[in-house]
Amino acid sequence: MHSPDLTSVGIVAPQTARFDQPIVLRSGATLPGYELVYETYGALNADKSNAVLVCHALSGNHHVAGYYSEQDKRPGWWDNMIGPGKPIDTERFFVIGLNNLGGCHGSTGPSSIDPSTGKPYGAAFPVVTVDDWVETQARLADLLGIRQFAAIVGGSLGGMQVLQWSITYPERLRHALVIAAAPKLTAQNIAFNDVARQAILTDPDFHGGDFYAHGVTPKRGLRLARMLGHITYLSDDVMGSKFGRLLRSGAFQYSYDVEFEIESYLRYQGDKFAESFDANTYLLMTKALDYFDPTHHQEDSSLSLALKPASAKFLVIAFTTDWRFAPDRSREIVKALLDNERDVAYAEITSSHGHDAFLMLEPHYHDLVRAYMQRVAREGQP
Amino acid sequence: MSTVSRSDFETIAQWIPSGAKVLDLGCGDGSLLRYLQDTRGAKGYGVEIADEKILACIQNGVNVIQTDLESGLSGFETHSFDFVVLSQTLQAMKHTEVIVREMLRVGRQAIVTFPNFGFWQHRLQVFGGHMPVSSDLPYQWYDTPNIHLCTLKDFEAFCATHGVRILERIVMHRGAAVQALPNLLGSLAVYRLERLE
Repeated sequence: MHSPDLTSVGIVAPQTARFDQPIVLRSGATLPGYELVYETYGALNADKSNAVLVCHALSGNHHVAGYYSEQDKRPGWWDNMIGPGKPIDTERFFVIGLNNLGGCHGSTGPSSIDPSTGKPYGAAFPVVTVDDWVETQARLADLLGIRQFAAIVGGSLGGMQVLQWSITYPERLRHALVIAAAPKLTAQNIAFNDVARQAILTDPDFHGGDFYAHGVTPKRGLRLARMLGHITYLSDDVMGSKFGRLLRSGAFQYSYDVEFEIESYLRYQGDKFAESFDANTYLLMTKALDYFDPTHHQEDSSLSLALKPASAKFLVIAFTTDWRFAPDRSREIVKALLDNERDVAYAEITSSHGHDAFLMLEPHYHDLVRAYMQRVAREGQP
Repeated sequence: MSTVSRSDFETIAQWIPSGAKVLDLGCGDGSLLRYLQDTRGAKGYGVEIADEKILACIQNGVNVIQTDLESGLSGFETHSFDFVVLSQTLQAMKHTEVIVREMLRVGRQAIVTFPNFGFWQHRLQVFGGHMPVSSDLPYQWYDTPNIHLCTLKDFEAFCATHGVRILERIVMHRGAAVQALPNLLGSLAVYRLERLE
C-alpha cells in the first residue's frame, strides 16, 4: 500500500485535450490543431470559481503534484506547494497544471508527429511565445468551462505567463502570483540562453533539428545547455556550502577527468536532463523567454503602460540570492503595478538557493503563499 | 506596541479624507491601513522590512511592499500619494532627514507620529539619573531601537530648518488630546506636514 501521505494529492493521471481550431501564433505561423496534456487536483466547485492555473517554467510540465503509481518515488515538480493542507490547498482549490505547447511531455511539440508528413515536426515546429501559451491555456480553460481563475500562479518563465495573462485576459483572473520572475530578460540573461542554444545547435547530432530521423539525440549539446543553466539557477553561496572545493578522490589528479564534486554534480544533472528532455523544446522554451516583453509594443517601453489593463490583485515574490531573476526585476513589476494603483503585495525572501529557491520548501515563503491563498479563498466567497 | 487600539490611529484617520491614497511607512502588521481602508475607504499601501510583518499584512489583506526604508523611497513616484504616514518609526530611523524629505516628495502631505522625549515622566527619569523607560518608550537603553529621539521643540526646529511646514499638530497622552504645556504633558506627538515650496 501507498504510505498515507495526507498532504499529497495521491495518485494522479494526466489527461489530454484535443484542439482542432487552428491557432495563429505570434510568429505568424499557424498550427492547424494541437493537443495539450494536463492534470487536475481537487474539485471544481459548482460555480467554477475556485480554479487555479499553474504555469510551468523552462523545464517543467503538467505533472505538478502527486504520484503516478504506488511505487512512484518522485512526485510532481511542485508537490511541496500543492496538495491537501498545503499552501495551494487542493481541498479549497481546483488546481490545473498543463504542459505548454511546444513541450516534450505530451503536449504537441517538436517531437510530436506532424499529421501532414507523418514524421516528427523537428525543425518545422514553429517558435512559440508566452502570448501563444496564454492563448492556448485560455482555450483549455474554455474547454473546462472556467471563465475566471481564482488565481494564476507561476515561477520564473511561469511568472511571465501569469503577467501576460493579467494583460491579455484581465477579466479572467482574480489573483496573480508572480514568483521569481522578471518583466523581460536582460542582455546577460539572453546571452546565457544563447550559449545554451549554441551548445545544442552545434552538436553534430542535432541535424538541423531533424535528429529524430537519424535515430540520435543531441545529448552532448543538451547536457552542456543544462549544465550552464543549472549554474545560473544556483547561488554562489549554495554552491560553496554544498560543494566548495571538495574533491572526489581527496587529492589532485592533474588530469581533465572529473575531480571536483561540483563537476560531478553538474555532469550528473546534465546527463539526467539530456536523457529526458527534447533539444528542440529546450531551444523553443529559451526563445520564448528571450522574446517575452510586454512592453514591446509600448512607446518608451513603459511597463506601467503595458500593465495598465491588468485588474488582478498581485502577489510578487523574489529571492535574495536569485541573480538570474533578481529581486530588482520583481521590483520593476511592483513599481508598474503601483503606478497603476493595483493591489500588490511584494515579499523578498531571504534564501541561499538562488533562482531555484522558488521550488524549495522555504517555510516563510510557503507561509506567505498559504496566507495569500487563504485570502484568495475568502474573497472567492462573496 | 499594541496595534488596533493605538491611540494615534484615530487621530491619523480623522485627517484622511475618504478615498485618499495612503502610503504607510513601517506599517507593521498593517492594522492602520486596515483601519483606514475600513473606516475611510482609503487606497492603502504599506512598506515594511520584517518578514513576519509582511506575512501579517498579507493575513490582514493589505497591500505591502517589502523594502528597507533606510534606502529611501525610490520605488515610488513623486506626488503619487495623498498622504505618507510614518507612525512611531521616525525615532528609530538612521536617515531622519532623508526619510522626511522622501515622504514629502512622494506624498502631498505627510503624517508623522513619535513619542515625545520631553514628556515630564521622561524628564523626571533623566533628572533622576536614568534613561527614561515608559509605556511610550518601553525599552532599556541597551536594547532600544530608538536612536533619534526628540521633543516637540526639537522636531519643530527641525521642520523650520528643513523646509517643512507644520499644518496641524495634536499632542496626546493616554489617548486624550493634551492642550496645556504639550511638550511637558504630552507623551505622543502627531503632526501633519507639507513641503514648503
